[in-house]
This record gives sequence, C-alpha cells and structure tokens, in this order.
Amino acid sequence: MATSHAGENYINHEKGLWSWLTTLDHKRIGIMYMISVMAFFFIGGMFALAIRLELFSVGKTIVEAQTYNQMMTFHGTIMVFMVIVPGLPAVFGNFFLPIMIGAKDVAFPRLNLLSWYLLMLGATIAVSSMFFGGVDTGWTFYTPYSIKGSIGVINMTLGAFIMGMSSILTGLNFIVTVHKLRCPGMTMNRIPLFIWALYSTAIIQVLATPVLGITLLLLVAERVLGVGIFDPALGGDPVLYQHFFWFYSHPAVYIMILPALGVVSELITTYSRKTIFGYKAIAYSSIAIAAVSFFVWGHHLFVSGQSEVAGILFSFITMLVGVPTAIKVFNWVATMYRGSIQLKTPMLYAIGFMFVFTIGGVTGIMLATVGMDVHFHDTYFVVAHFHYVMVGGTLFALMGAIFHWLPKMFGKMHNEAMARLSFVFVFIGFNVTFFPQFILGSLGMPRRYFDYLPEYEPLNRISTMGSWVIALGFIVGLITIIHALLKGKQAPDNPWGSTTLEWQTKSPPVFHNFDSTPSVNGGPYEYR
Amino acid sequence: MSIAKEGEVHHFAHHFDDADHEYESTKQGVWLFMVTEVLMFGALLVGYLIFKGLYPEVFEQGGDTLNWKLGATNTVVLIFSSLTMALGIYYIRIDDRKKALLNLGITLICGFIFLGIKYIEYSHKFHLGIFPGKYFHAEGFMPDAPLYFSFYYMLTGLHGLHVVIGMGLIAWIMIRVARGTYSSSYWTGVEGVGIFWHLVDLVWIYLFPLLYLVG
Repeated sequence: MATSHAGENYINHEKGLWSWLTTLDHKRIGIMYMISVMAFFFIGGMFALAIRLELFSVGKTIVEAQTYNQMMTFHGTIMVFMVIVPGLPAVFGNFFLPIMIGAKDVAFPRLNLLSWYLLMLGATIAVSSMFFGGVDTGWTFYTPYSIKGSIGVINMTLGAFIMGMSSILTGLNFIVTVHKLRCPGMTMNRIPLFIWALYSTAIIQVLATPVLGITLLLLVAERVLGVGIFDPALGGDPVLYQHFFWFYSHPAVYIMILPALGVVSELITTYSRKTIFGYKAIAYSSIAIAAVSFFVWGHHLFVSGQSEVAGILFSFITMLVGVPTAIKVFNWVATMYRGSIQLKTPMLYAIGFMFVFTIGGVTGIMLATVGMDVHFHDTYFVVAHFHYVMVGGTLFALMGAIFHWLPKMFGKMHNEAMARLSFVFVFIGFNVTFFPQFILGSLGMPRRYFDYLPEYEPLNRISTMGSWVIALGFIVGLITIIHALLKGKQAPDNPWGSTTLEWQTKSPPVFHNFDSTPSVNGGPYEYR
Repeated sequence: MSIAKEGEVHHFAHHFDDADHEYESTKQGVWLFMVTEVLMFGALLVGYLIFKGLYPEVFEQGGDTLNWKLGATNTVVLIFSSLTMALGIYYIRIDDRKKALLNLGITLICGFIFLGIKYIEYSHKFHLGIFPGKYFHAEGFMPDAPLYFSFYYMLTGLHGLHVVIGMGLIAWIMIRVARGTYSSSYWTGVEGVGIFWHLVDLVWIYLFPLLYLVG
C-alpha cells in the first residue's frame, strides 16, 4: 500500500473545481454535500424567518395569503428533503462512516457521486416549481388539493422523487459498506454508535423510500394521465394517498433523527471521558426504532377516517417508540454520571439536545394518544412538537457534529468562545420560538394559516422574536466556521482525546484515510 | 472498474481486499436494490388489492377484457428469457464467450417480443377507448371500470419501463462481453444484470394472474 507524502491530504491530493465535481472520494463528496446542505438550509431558513415575520401581527404583515402558503410549502419541502434527510447521513455519514470502520471508501464510490448529482437535480426540479405557479399544498402534497392546484406540484413531486432515489442510493451504499468493508478486528459489536445509527437509518432509507417513490409517481400520473387512484370522482380514495405517504414519511422522521441520536452518543462519551454506558442497548435500540417505525404511520390519520381499532393499535405501537428512545437517553445520563465532563461546544449541543429532545419526545407521546390528538391535531402544538424533534433534535446534533469533527475534516481549530456563543443564541432562541407554540396549540390556534385571532398575538410576537435569536445563533456559528477555515490554528490529530478510529489518522485525513489499514482489538470507547 | 484487455486479470477497485471481496459486495448491493424494486411494485399491488376488495365485479369485468392468451404467451416468453439469461451467466463463467453472447442475444430478442405483444395489447385497448382514469371513454363498462385500467396501465407501464431498462442493460453487457471485459475471473456485471432481469420476470409472474386471470 502506498504511503502518502508528508503534508498530503484529501484536500490537496488533486486541485481544481473539476477534480471536486468528478471525485469518487467519500470525503470530498461529504464536503460537497456539506456545502449544498448549508446553502439549502440558508434558503429554507429565510423562508422560516419570512413565515414568522408574517405571523408577527394579526392580518397581513408582509405578504399575501397565497404567497404565505407557498413560502410555508417551500420551507417544509426544502428543510425536509434537502436539509434534514441528507444532513447528517450524507454529510457526516459520507465523510466518517468509512473512516470510523477503517475502510478506504464506501462500497460504491461512483454510486455515491451519482447520489449527490441526483440530489442536485431533484432540488433544481423541485425549486423550478416556483416558475410554474408555485406550490401551496404544504410539504405533504395531500390529495385532492394537490391534484387540483397549480401544475408546479408536478415539478415539486418529481423533484422529491429524484431526491428519494438519491437517499436510497446513499442508504444502499452504507449498508453494504458496513457489512463488507470493516477493517480487521472491527466486529459489528465494536463499530461506533454513530455507525449503528447510520446503519439503522440506511435500512429505513432502502425499505421506505421506494414507497414514497411510487406514491409521488402516482401523484404525477394523477396529474398527467388522470388515473384517478386518489380521486373519489373516479372511484379512487384520497385517504389511500395519506396511507402511502405516511408509510414512507413516518419512518422518514427516523431517517431524520436516528443519525442525530448516533452523533449524541459519540459526543456524550467523548466529552464525559468515560466508556459509553450500555453500548449494546444503544446500538440495538437504533435497530428497534427502525423496526417499529414501519408500523406507526396511522397516527397521522387519527382524524382522516381510519377505523377506531386501527387508531388504537397505531396509538399503542407509536408509544412503543418511546421505549428504545428512552433507553438511549437513560444510557447517556448514566454515561455522564461520574464522568469527567468537558463543556466544550459539541457537548453543550449534546446536552441541549437531550433537554429539548426529551420535551419533543414526551409531547410525541401526548400526540400518540388518540383522544388528545383529536384535540391537538393540526394545531401549533404539532408544529412545536416536530420542531422540538427536528430542530432541537437533528439540527442541534448537526451543529454539535460540525464543531466536533471540524478539526478532523479541515485540520483547523475553531474559536471555542464564539462557538459557545452560537450555542447560547440557538438554544435560547429555539425555546423562545417554539415553546410558545405549544401553548398556542393547546389554546386551539390552527397550523398552516396565514392569519389568526387577535388573542393569539402576544405569544406569536414572542415566537417571532425568538426566530431572530435563532438566526443570530446560526450566523455566529457560520462566522465561527469560516473564521476557523481562514484563520484557525492547525488542528492536532486528536484534539479531544477521542478513542474512535477517525481520530487515529491525520487531520485532515490522507487520501486513503489511513497510511496503513488499521486493525482493532477492542470496543470503540475505551476511556475508563 | 477498468475495462481489461482480453485474458488480462480484472483489476478490482482500490478499497477492496481482492476481486472476490468486490464481487460479494457488488452482489449485496444489487440484491438491496432489488428489495427497493419489490417495495415499489409492492405498494402499487397493495393499492390494486385494496380496490379489488372494494369493487370485485369491476375488477372481474376488467380482467375479462384482457386477452389471457397474449398474457400467457408473454409469461412464457419472459420465463424462457430468464433461462437464457441464466445460461448467459453460466457460459461467461466457463469462458465460452460465443455461447454467452448467443444466449444474451436471445434474451434481448425475448424482450423485444414481449414489448411487441404488449404493443398489440395496448393499441387494441386504445382503439376501443380504454384509457386510464378520466380519459376512459369505452362503452359497456361498469361505472368504476376506469380504476381497474388505471392500475392495469400503471402496473404494466412501470413493468414495461423496467423491461426496456433491462434490455438496455443487456445490450450494454453484450458489448462488454464482445470486448472481452468479462471472463471466468470477472463476471459481476453479467450476474448483476441477470438478477435484475429475473426480478423483472418475477414481477410479471405476479402481474399476469392478478391482472389477466381475476375474471
């Protein structure tokens, strides 16, 4: 095996834009995903700020109702399909999955590059719907409205279909990589917990996304050929669309959160300087969440004309998700117990994650109860719940992951004080934005509307002001990252004293990840 | 994968231990892709079964409209093509390129026959005004009959698309066989395409009774 020259790494191995656009190196593809996901996050975030600004006062504030509906749809679609689904797996999974199991690359590097191009193609087609009358259906594209509105729906759903293919190929690649490319001594019970999480995510991506694919294809066929499968006028059934859609989209929320749970496992053990408590319990609970996730979709249809027996069954199975999730949280707390906790930025994000994710999880159990859901359905309570899980969960973990792995990815250290400041703003802003929405929802404010009754105004104002604080937090975070890249000190190979494999190679890693294939003879977190 | 000259040993990609490791990994990937195909067709079949349960007479009438003889012929054609596909893989593994090419060629021709018969069926239906969903304007059908034909066109259309893609892949590996890329030391591509073609065949084996024989 060729050893690399001194100072050579994956960034300076080849030069020029073309060498990046045609690269088969998983690390470079990870960076390309990182740049694109950040760009999408910026666009989706601008829509979010505009939505909140519109809701600052009763009546029209900045835009018309129709524009508001389109902004809400774009915010949802961009954040779900272009930011949170590809976020952790495609950025950090691509970069670190092979390194953490001691492999030189993912199993299918060309497929890996193809999935990046598919995401770009899908995103372009989806965004092009703006020029075809826009889309105002919300990110769920529910029939019959989606087959009657503007033709932009066709672009949007075709785009989502193509982005789904990208997601499938990433998942497929990861499953084979984990099965076939582990280095000598890296048994399944020694792979890091982030890898277990990515593996469980990949299973959902491969098994659930094809169903979304056919659903969106049927929606396009409905528009173009008038097949009528979801159209009651032709004998079809719009509720079938909801079943199909949520058969993918509920497992998909675990595509969004499982990698985050994996990241937090890494962060908690590293910054507590202590061996993870209950490695197997955390590892297998990821698989358990993936398995249960396929049998809970009906909790989105409690008020859609589903049978009561089905409702009760789905309610019960949904609550089961709480068990493996709680297993993780308790094991993290047990890991921190008597650990030597270092409150570095990633650890702050991890602890913040545990705080807000628990609120998001417990309100999830509330919504799983049929009786309560009938009351809370389509109110801001639901909006607050899933933002506590998706933003407070996935985005907190994403920020933690950035500051944890930045030294490894770019070989530069960030300014710790600035990074902590970003956490303070994001954490406070997040809670100020979304906690009032729980109250608004329980008071009966319906979601997705452009306007509301005057008595909801004070809490909406607080929520909107919170959104500015979150934005400030992310701007500080972005400045911290750019500052680190331009002016950061040279990072040592293992600045956090971590035990997993990615820290045993150089910062940034060499082209082949390791100078010689590593071999492993113990668990991933042997701290003490 | 570099295209090796005839007789040259296959060079496996740098991140694998050896050629066997690459072969096993690629095969696992192909099988996982087949799982996604099964789930995609599976969802559509679930929809079919739900509506068949709701409107059994409509689906019976729809099934009677189809020509089961043409459907049965297509079933035989596809099963036969699966045999020749398997023989193609067998011959490349014993380095008999001529027989491998012959068998892959027969598989390709079977694909054309299948599409030809499908064309006859489709054009006959279009002639009668049997279109999917809202464009349906044939006489003498029950009110919800368009729904049966929506499923008929979606299922056979998606399957037909897979036949076309499969034929493209077969043509591609035939070129590579002719160039000498594949041999007894490296046949991953041929086997991968073979697995795909068998799946396309298998999907039809479900579609034939569900669509043609329900009447």
